[in-house]
Amino acid sequence: MASPNDLQFQEFEEAAELLSADPGASTLSMSGSSTSTPAATTVGGEDVKLDLSEDEEGREESSELLGGQKPSGGFWTFEYYQSFFNVDTMQVLDRVKGSVMPLPGRNFVKHHLRSNPDLYGPFWICVTLVFSVAISGNLSTFLSELGNPSYHYRPQFHRVTIAAVVIFMYAWLVPIGVWGFLTWRQGAERQIGGYSFLETVCVYGYSLSIYIPTSVLWIIPFEWLRWTLIVVAMVISGSVLVLTFWPVVREDTKVAAVATVVTIVVLHTLLAVGCKMYFFQTAVHVPTTAPTTHPVAITMATKAH
Amino acid sequence: MAAAEEASRPFAGLSEVSISEDITVEGDISVPVGPSTRRDDELSTLDEPVRETILRDLRAVGNKFVHVLYPKRSTALLRDWDLWGPLLLCVTLALLLQAGAADSDDQGGPQFAEVFVIIWFGSIIITLNSKLLGGTISFFQSLCVLGYCILPLTAAMAVCRIVLVGGSGTVSFAVRLVVVTASFGWSTFASTAFLADSQPPDRKALVVYPVFLFYFVIGWMILTFSPSQ
Repeated sequence: MASPNDLQFQEFEEAAELLSADPGASTLSMSGSSTSTPAATTVGGEDVKLDLSEDEEGREESSELLGGQKPSGGFWTFEYYQSFFNVDTMQVLDRVKGSVMPLPGRNFVKHHLRSNPDLYGPFWICVTLVFSVAISGNLSTFLSELGNPSYHYRPQFHRVTIAAVVIFMYAWLVPIGVWGFLTWRQGAERQIGGYSFLETVCVYGYSLSIYIPTSVLWIIPFEWLRWTLIVVAMVISGSVLVLTFWPVVREDTKVAAVATVVTIVVLHTLLAVGCKMYFFQTAVHVPTTAPTTHPVAITMATKAH
Repeated sequence: MAAAEEASRPFAGLSEVSISEDITVEGDISVPVGPSTRRDDELSTLDEPVRETILRDLRAVGNKFVHVLYPKRSTALLRDWDLWGPLLLCVTLALLLQAGAADSDDQGGPQFAEVFVIIWFGSIIITLNSKLLGGTISFFQSLCVLGYCILPLTAAMAVCRIVLVGGSGTVSFAVRLVVVTASFGWSTFASTAFLADSQPPDRKALVVYPVFLFYFVIGWMILTFSPSQ
């Protein structure tokens, strides 16, 4: 009949075996159970190093070590990509919350990612955004044409393809550009200030998450409401990006710093406004007989091409 | 110790036995040909009629359909997976979604190829997602489950087309909305019933959300189907 102490020894032996198999692995700090540790090290007979520091810095250090670890295997193995999906539900929700409510002191990468960037968030937020924009755009067109007897409802499925191309190109090509530019400017000091490519993609991906509820709310057919929503969303989303990239760019020359930040904000604005203009067009009935007095309205007609 | 003694008693006298060398051992080690050939015929499927072969696969597919319609936590779909059922359902759904729009510009509904691509690539991406998050299910098992769980939505599509024959007013829209919502819920519930056990516990929501999105998009395509005038 095994005593409780024996059971505890077995747990630690397993951990010790794992550690001896891979001495390069980092250890996480464990709080509590300090009574069994001295016994475990003597029974195990191996050099088990357990980081028992209970303070915040200790935990942050070890988690940074864990994050800084290179993903195992080459890029042709499955485990390499599995290391990019090493997140739990609560972590993803926490990151989404952090991108929706940016606070001035908190850098998204340092505070929320903590050297564990993931690809789950960016990818599925982009997919959700593609479908929410396309579906909401279709619904808003339908609602705006509700009183029109000659209107026949069309699902406008081609919008999904267009939305997918635009949003995925934005969410993946722009981070490549930003990361490449920042790396080039940083030069040799990349380790100190810069972000890795994955972290850049992560920030951009999570910053798009505010647009999902915004696009759903855009169904409400009031122009002033739509413009208010787009301004609010752009402020929130843009500030996540600015707060993330400003500390990195700050050390550069004034001109380059301001130019970089302005470019980031401008591209973001273009995406938001472009999506609104294309997918949520206000239907203008071009009368068949009399010429219209608003040539601008013609370009905003419901026919997309 | 008493058990060991018990076990050794039948062989107790074995050490005294000796075989004298002048006993000839003879016999015939060829297997008698008689009844076993008939058993071999039953096991070999090479000589059976084609109808038997096809019916066997169809019965397997039908059996899995029944499991999807009454989803319990079972391993029937996972144990012997096949992709015939998903292919059948996907082709049926894509054919039913053909609007046949006279104004065949791209403002219409999804084309056959688009439906096909969405269903298969959607399933593949969701499977990859669940495997990358640490799921223990195999690639084809997951494809099989996701494909079979489209059955309620295909049935809803058939019902919608029948309802649309009667007219496309508000009442028909309300009926279609109820039917599609119910079948979307059924599909999601059925697939999570099959997939739930193979996921790591604190990532279940991360795996279920893409499945929800997948069936939501298919449900949206079904609901917005509008026949050409």
